[in-house]
Amino acid sequence: MNQPPEINDKVTGLPGLRSWPSVYVFVLGVFLLWVGLLAGLTKLYS
Amino acid sequence: MNALDYLVLFGVLVGIAAYGMWHTRGHHNLRTYLKGSRETRWFTIGLSVMATQASAITFISTPGQGYEDGLGFVQNYFGAPLALILIAAVFLPLYRRLNVYTAYEFLGKRFDAKTRLLGAALFLVQRGLGAGITIYAPAIVLSTVMGWRLDVTIVSTGLLVVLYTVTGGSDAVNLTQKYQIGVIFVGMVTAFFVLLARLPAGLTFSDALTVAGGFHKLQAVDFSFNPDRRYTIWTGVLGGMFLALSYFGTDQSQVQRYLAGASLRESRLGLMFNAVCKIPMQFFILLLGVLVFVFYQFERPPVFFNQAAWQYQAAHGAGEKLRALEKNFTAASTEKEHQIKNWLAARHAGDPSAAAAARVAALAAQTRAEAARTETKAVLRAADPKTPVNDSDYVFITFILDHLPHGVIGLLVAAFFAAAFSSKAGELNALGSTTTVDFYRHVIKRDATDAHYVAASKLFTALWGLVAVGFALYAQLVENLIQAVNILGSIFYGVVLGLFLVAFFFKRIGGTAAFWGALAAQGLVFALYSTLSISYLWYNFIGCAACVGISVIIQLCLPRGSGAATDRR
Repeated sequence: MNQPPEINDKVTGLPGLRSWPSVYVFVLGVFLLWVGLLAGLTKLYS
Repeated sequence: MNALDYLVLFGVLVGIAAYGMWHTRGHHNLRTYLKGSRETRWFTIGLSVMATQASAITFISTPGQGYEDGLGFVQNYFGAPLALILIAAVFLPLYRRLNVYTAYEFLGKRFDAKTRLLGAALFLVQRGLGAGITIYAPAIVLSTVMGWRLDVTIVSTGLLVVLYTVTGGSDAVNLTQKYQIGVIFVGMVTAFFVLLARLPAGLTFSDALTVAGGFHKLQAVDFSFNPDRRYTIWTGVLGGMFLALSYFGTDQSQVQRYLAGASLRESRLGLMFNAVCKIPMQFFILLLGVLVFVFYQFERPPVFFNQAAWQYQAAHGAGEKLRALEKNFTAASTEKEHQIKNWLAARHAGDPSAAAAARVAALAAQTRAEAARTETKAVLRAADPKTPVNDSDYVFITFILDHLPHGVIGLLVAAFFAAAFSSKAGELNALGSTTTVDFYRHVIKRDATDAHYVAASKLFTALWGLVAVGFALYAQLVENLIQAVNILGSIFYGVVLGLFLVAFFFKRIGGTAAFWGALAAQGLVFALYSTLSISYLWYNFIGCAACVGISVIIQLCLPRGSGAATDRR
């Protein structure tokens, strides 16, 4: 069980998204944007 | 295929394989062979996770799915971002903290040996069979391109993959996958632009979408609650989330990929990369299939895309019926093309009533063409019951071979093989690891040297490769390949996920309750699958909920104090 110490696991290293919860919210936002765009495409060409 | 295509194909495949074999030299201990050197950065992990999931089936079968049914299949992936967030936040930190080789080792640490073995066994059965289907997919390409027998192609390509995989450890798998997915992206993007260039002159991208929409191919999101619909936003978000949670969170072929990360941060970012890219990637591949459908409205498609099967039966007894049906199909297709041109001309002229009338006429011609196709399939099946009548897996490769320029053909075929090798390497690597760590080292031979376990892992990897090849020989009996893989996964994944959710979130439930709860839930899923006709995605949810629910009930019935026992090995 001699695991090397985890480094920087609380720092995301992403510009503008400094905490992991903010990264998850961003990913969720991208998901909702895609669903919205696909729903719009469906409505536009139905 | 000409000399240029073969040069591109073999250059790419041999180059990547040689790189993988070169990179694996010097890997002698079990940790580096199974987990890699744990120096992998997030981008490599992200591409490796993507490459493991995106097999050759993804790139051969999914465009065919788009051609037949449109964009609706994209909903299958709606649950993936949600699942990946949960895995990054909850599963991953625990796996890394416990320093496990396999996901099932975690079950042993949390519950007991029998529950660990049950989880590992469910994975081995499901993934071993699924691996057979993923060997079958590239075999279709080769048998179509080379005119080889399908069974000979399955055996020869399968053995080649086994050879490549056995020599490579987890590190090499991760790294070669990065280059393989690069080849895949270049190939698919090239196909997209060549396809756009091959659409008829004067047909804009907007026109192409109008035609696709007119034939109901752009129904990407379905909000209906009809349980008989295979793909709706509800099955996608709920069933798809459970499927993705099971696959990415508990399937060793994926867990092994992100456990190779240099740190928790690198592994998390690799997963988030997939959470962002998964839906657009699948949408793009389905859109390719939809555009191939539009292309074939102006270029007569074959009545049956598996042309080898059609030509064989046409030359052996059923020729008269098949040629008559082909004639009907051609007449309907010609009428359809004529009506589509009228429809677009009326649309450009701003005459909505004429456009609507032409569209109705085009849809009627489409119905006649589909009827001829359906009857053709019936004739083929009557002539030889073994003939696979679902030809959607042949759509994209037929388009590539018949309509793309040389060089690009070689690149696309190389992309299919790169995808096949990358996913196969990940799967066989995981099957070998699980058999070695969870069964061989844990049950059979406990105190051998590292070199012995590495040799055992290579042997088990090779054996699983042979099992996969054996199963692949029967895969031609299943319908659309991508669905077959997902159906197989959905039958087992829900219960495995249930085991892990109990482990993570129900601290008072012990190994005995979890073990019997999982067995009962798996039995329930088998029973429901054989009697109901609901969307297969629901079985992910049902299996998971049943496993959790039954485990809770059993734990309540057990005497107090019979909680979690742990398996420290």
